[in-house]
Amino acid sequence: MAAPAMNNRMIKWFDDRLPIFTFMHHQMHEYPTPRNLNYWWNFGSLAGVMLVVMIVTGIVLAMNYTPSADLAFGSVERIMRDVNYGWLLRYIHANGASMFFIVVYIHIFRGLFYGSYKSPREVLWWLGLVILLLMMATAFMGYVLPWGQMSFWGATVITNLFGAFPVVGDAIVTWLWGGFSVDNPTLNRFYSLHYLLPFMIVGVVVLHLWALHTHGSNNPKGIDTKGPQDSIPFHPYYTVKDLFGTAVFFIVYAAFIFFFPDYLGHADNYIPANPLVTPPHIVPEWYFLPFYAILRAFDFDIWFMPAKLLGVLAMFASILILFLLPWLDTSRVRSGTFRPVFKWFFVILIIDCVVLGYVGAKAPNDPLIASEETVAQENEAYNACVAKADAAGKVGEDECDRPFVVQYVHLGQLATLYYFFHFLLLLPILGRTERTLPLPTSILEPVTKHGAGAGK
Amino acid sequence: MATTGQAAGHAPHGDGETRRDFLYLATGAFGVVGVGLAAWPLIDSMNPAADTLALSSIEVDLSAIETGQRITVKWRGKPVFIDRRTEDQIKQAEAVNVASLRDPQTDGERVVKPEWLVLVGICTHLGCVPLGQKPTDPRGDWGGWFCPCHGSHYDTSGRIRKGPAPSNLVVPVYEFLDDSTVKIG
Repeated sequence: MAAPAMNNRMIKWFDDRLPIFTFMHHQMHEYPTPRNLNYWWNFGSLAGVMLVVMIVTGIVLAMNYTPSADLAFGSVERIMRDVNYGWLLRYIHANGASMFFIVVYIHIFRGLFYGSYKSPREVLWWLGLVILLLMMATAFMGYVLPWGQMSFWGATVITNLFGAFPVVGDAIVTWLWGGFSVDNPTLNRFYSLHYLLPFMIVGVVVLHLWALHTHGSNNPKGIDTKGPQDSIPFHPYYTVKDLFGTAVFFIVYAAFIFFFPDYLGHADNYIPANPLVTPPHIVPEWYFLPFYAILRAFDFDIWFMPAKLLGVLAMFASILILFLLPWLDTSRVRSGTFRPVFKWFFVILIIDCVVLGYVGAKAPNDPLIASEETVAQENEAYNACVAKADAAGKVGEDECDRPFVVQYVHLGQLATLYYFFHFLLLLPILGRTERTLPLPTSILEPVTKHGAGAGK
Repeated sequence: MATTGQAAGHAPHGDGETRRDFLYLATGAFGVVGVGLAAWPLIDSMNPAADTLALSSIEVDLSAIETGQRITVKWRGKPVFIDRRTEDQIKQAEAVNVASLRDPQTDGERVVKPEWLVLVGICTHLGCVPLGQKPTDPRGDWGGWFCPCHGSHYDTSGRIRKGPAPSNLVVPVYEFLDDSTVKIG
C-alpha cells in the first residue's frame, strides 16, 4: 500500500521519520471493510468509546477520592455534594460501568451469532475474552471503592469464594485481604488495581485491533471478502455509521445519568460499610448476576468436592469454556443466518442467560411457584412431624419427609445445565449434523443478482 | 554470529549437546530463580502487615456483663459474640441428643467455662452476621441465633439446628487470663 498523498510539508517531513500518518491512513481511513456490516457491528467501537469515557472520568474522580476505610465513603459523598460537577462525573462513571457491560455483552453475542470466533479469528476472540475478564475484575474492585454496605459485603462474599479451594484456600483469602477480613489494606490494593487494570485493558484492546485488522472484520454473511468489490473504505462509511450509533447510544446513557442515576445501583450502598451488620440480601451488580446464579446453583456436594468449590469452579468454567468455542463449534458455516437449527438454539441461549440473571437477583431458597402460605403450611406440618418423632426418641430429620418446594435455585440449576449443554454438547453435535442453507458466492452477489433494494 | 556459534558449539562434543545449550539452560534457570526471588517481596507485601498481626488478639473485660447478656466485640475485623448464659440456656444446650445434630459436638466441647459462650459471629453458610445479640432480635427456634440471610437457626451453644448452614458457629481460640478477663486469639 502506498503512502497517502501529503500536501503539508511539515507532516511529510514528520511522517518520513515516524510514519504515523501513513499508519493511521491505512488503518482508519482506507482500511477495507466488508460493505454489508449491519448495526450489530457498531458495538465494538462503542465499547472503545466507553473505555475512554471510563478512563477519563476515572482519572478526574481519583483526584477527589480518598482510599481509606475511614475516609472513602465520606470522600465519595463529598464528590457528590461539594466538588464541582462531581455528581455528574460520578454518575457518568458508575452508570458507565453498566453501559460498558451491556455494549460488550451485545458485542459478544454478535460474535456468537455470526461465528466471528471461527478461523482465522480465534486469537481475536481470545483477546476479547481476556478483555472481558479484565473488565470484570476492574468493575468488581471499582464497586468496592465507595465503601458502602454492598461494597463491603460484596467484597467479602466474592473474596471468600477463593477460600473454597482445598488446602491453600484460607491462605489465599488472607493474602487477598491483607488481614483477617476485608478492611483498609483490602480497600487500598483494590484502588491500586482498579487504576491499573483499565490501562492493561487498553493494551489488550490494541492487540485485539491488531488481530482484527490482520484478517479484517467478519460480516453478517460470514463469508470472506473476495475482492475490492466486496469492501468499502472504513472512512467515511463506517466512521459515520459508528458516530450515528454512538449518538443514539449516548441518548440512552444520558437518560440513565440524568433521570435514573441510581436505578442500576443498590440503595444499601449509600449506608457506610459496617463489618458487624450484614444487609439481608447481598446482590452483585446486574452484569454479574448470571455468573452469581451459576455460582449458587451448586447446593450439593459431588464426591470429595464441597458445593462451594463446585460453584466457584463452574463460575470460572462458564467463561473459560468460551476460549475453546472455536473448536467446540464444529460447523464450517460462520453466520447463524445460514444455520436454521442453530438460530433457534441461539435464541434459547439468550433466554437462558436472561433467566440466569433473573435467578441471580433472587434469594435462592425463595419458592418459585408456590405461594408463601402453602410453603408455611408444609413447613409447619414437617416441624410438627419432627417434634413428634423427637419426642418418641427417634431422629426427626430422618423420620419425616422434608417438604419439597420448587425454589429459584432449582431454576438456576436447570439454566446452568443448559448453558454448559449448549457449548459442550449441542454445538459440537449440531455442527456435524445440521443441514445449512446455501451460502452466497460473494458478499456482492445477493445485491447484483436481485438488483438493489429487491431483496427477499 | 552464526559461524562463531558453530565453531564454539560443535567442536568439544560430538553428541549434539553443546556448551551453548548448557549456557542457555543455566542462564534461563538462574533467571527464573532470580525473578522468583525478586517477586516474593512483592507478593508477600500483600500478606497481613506486622501492625495488622499485632491486632490479632484482643483482651475483653467481662466484669460488666450480666447473666443472660450478650455482647459483640470486634476481633480481626469480625464480630465475636460473647454470651453469659443463664442456667436454663446451659441446661438446654447440654440436654441435646448429639447424634441428631448436623455437626455433632457436645456443649462441653464448645466452651471453656459453661457460663461463657464465645463464638465468631459469622454464619457458616455465606458469611452473614446472625441476629440474636440484642434482646429485641429474633433468636430462632432454638433460642440461640438466627441468620436472616437464608434462615439458619443456631441453638444456645451456637450449633446449627436448621437451615442451609453446613456447620456450627466457629469457636475462636481463647483463654481466661483471670476470672473477669478473656483473651481472644
